Amino acid sequence: MTRLSSAFTKAHPALVTFITAGDGDTAANLDALVAGGADVIELGMPFTDPMADGPAIQKANIRSLEAGTTTADIFAIATAFRARHPQVPLVLMGYANPMTIRGSEWFAAECVKAGVDGVICVDIPPEEDAELGPALRNAGVDLIRLATPTTDAARLPAVLDGSSGFLYYVSVAGITGLQQAAQASIEDAVARLKAATDIPVAVGFGVRTPEQAAAIAKVADGVVVGSAIVEIIAQHGRDAAGPVRDYVASLKTAITEARS
Amino acid sequence: MNATINSFMNQPDERGHFGQFGGRYVAETLMPLILDLEREYRAAQADPEFHAQLDDLLKHYVGRPSPLYYAERLTEELRKDAPAGKGAQIWFKRDELNHTGAHKINNCIGQILLAIRMGKTRIIAETGAGQHGVATATVCARFGLPCVIYMGAKDVERQQPNVFRMKLLGAEVIPVTSGANTLKDAMNEALRDWVANVHDTFYIIGTAAGPHPYPELVRDFQSVIGKEARAQMLSRINRLPDLLVAAIGGGSNAIGLFHPFLDDSDVAMLGIEAAGHGLDKEHAASLAGGRPGILHGNKTYLLQDEDGQIAEAHSISAGLDYPGIGPEHSWLKEIGRVRYDSVTDTEALEGFQLLCRTEGIIPALEPSHAIAAVAREAAKMDRDQIILANLCGRGDKDIFTVAEALGEKM
Repeated sequence: MTRLSSAFTKAHPALVTFITAGDGDTAANLDALVAGGADVIELGMPFTDPMADGPAIQKANIRSLEAGTTTADIFAIATAFRARHPQVPLVLMGYANPMTIRGSEWFAAECVKAGVDGVICVDIPPEEDAELGPALRNAGVDLIRLATPTTDAARLPAVLDGSSGFLYYVSVAGITGLQQAAQASIEDAVARLKAATDIPVAVGFGVRTPEQAAAIAKVADGVVVGSAIVEIIAQHGRDAAGPVRDYVASLKTAITEARS
Repeated sequence: MNATINSFMNQPDERGHFGQFGGRYVAETLMPLILDLEREYRAAQADPEFHAQLDDLLKHYVGRPSPLYYAERLTEELRKDAPAGKGAQIWFKRDELNHTGAHKINNCIGQILLAIRMGKTRIIAETGAGQHGVATATVCARFGLPCVIYMGAKDVERQQPNVFRMKLLGAEVIPVTSGANTLKDAMNEALRDWVANVHDTFYIIGTAAGPHPYPELVRDFQSVIGKEARAQMLSRINRLPDLLVAAIGGGSNAIGLFHPFLDDSDVAMLGIEAAGHGLDKEHAASLAGGRPGILHGNKTYLLQDEDGQIAEAHSISAGLDYPGIGPEHSWLKEIGRVRYDSVTDTEALEGFQLLCRTEGIIPALEPSHAIAAVAREAAKMDRDQIILANLCGRGDKDIFTVAEALGEKM
């Protein structure tokens, strides 16, 4: 049992939370996510061209890069987080170019050194797995793939092949943070995915309120919340830790109660 | 010829790779659609009716074939400063005479026919200089499909005539204010639209870049330039040119000219990137100043920092102001089949004025880069040698930019 997979064996579905590295006081915000009850943390690697992200995360990327965040800074943040929180799974999420520019072996080795458990790469589909997948698997870092409403039954096995940690179901065809899918379509999709794989299925994109999180928690193994947290950081700047913790705690309560 | 094992013309492979370049680096949401597009393109390639419809539109709507023109006065003008016996003959492929004033329409006609085959009912596109936006808006008007054009806010500012053209043609032009407000940001925004509207929307990409099969199909649709030019050369003077020259932003006009000649080993080729203020300053020369990376669905040379963050490009020409390049050019550079060089804003402005004065042709700023390079190369070549350059767009859209650069008040 890895640190990441054990997050999905608790009595309640996992709360997966996202923030962008280098946007605001990242260390304090990460601690706030943990204090609020996050079960898995996704740390976004800022990129100049975040094609799959909506306005909230686009702006977080810009704030971070304008503050001078480098890849070395991101691994330093991860390393320090791992020292403070030995048990909380940490996943890097971002785009292919910053992850592969020094070679995938380099990136995988840095992940191992920093105590990163998994990687989500938005723009490397299974067809281009060779770019990053083998290096991560050889290093024992989970490659977390995305499934979407357009991933049909014929394609799903290719997505699952080489995936580990959890499967991230992107519940709407669209960019991050904007609209949420209808609950019925999420339930159908999760049922279809769980029939095809034993790895946990977490659902994200457009999840904002504790009520939405609770509804998803009834059917999925995890709920991913990103843009709503990033917006709190945008609003509160370097003093966001308190509001972030309170918001995450409200999500956690809703998720925990959803199945009780 | 095309099927020989040593051909340069049989790229990409079945996964869309040109050597180490190209590929399909897109979000999972788009992947099934990209695969659909590839299937539909293969079906269209094998369908005589598709080709008949395409050829008919290219002939009667676009005005093809475009002329092949011997630029006698330019040739003579350049010989004045050339060493004795030097000064190659300069010929132009006149793609600026196409309907809408640039080569972009060749590709748009092809892609909208694919969109209709696929049952898509809404078209989106990105544009830099506005030429691709105008061409896309044009074919959308012609086929009665709604059209949304993403354009960097900075480009909206410097290409007002084309913005108005697009609006006249019924397109909605959305200024993009993320990033540097130029072409790469417009492409990001178009991709965001596409991923949210995959069910009914077709993305007409304007250059030979993006995820497979776009680099291949854009090249194929633009190859009409090189196929015509090759046949025209043979019928006019019964020989092939010694050197082909074309400007490169994403590289669609250049690959369109070059590709049909790739296996003609006596034909040299020169792609011209935009050196902006100079290669040691702000520029848009991805091959000269970049290195391989992944952006906008493909692996190719990119202007970027050591962490893989994409740099802002600069060129006086909005159509060349992009920090990447089509993947086939990256491959052609790496294997050495095509030589790549660059031309600064200042040199391009000189090329622009030179063609105006010597030939009575006002070129766009994009091919003005090629003209500047032609002037450089002609002086090194013998008088019986032939340079063929692609005049890929006309300059009406650029007169305000040029006036400002030359200090003229309008």
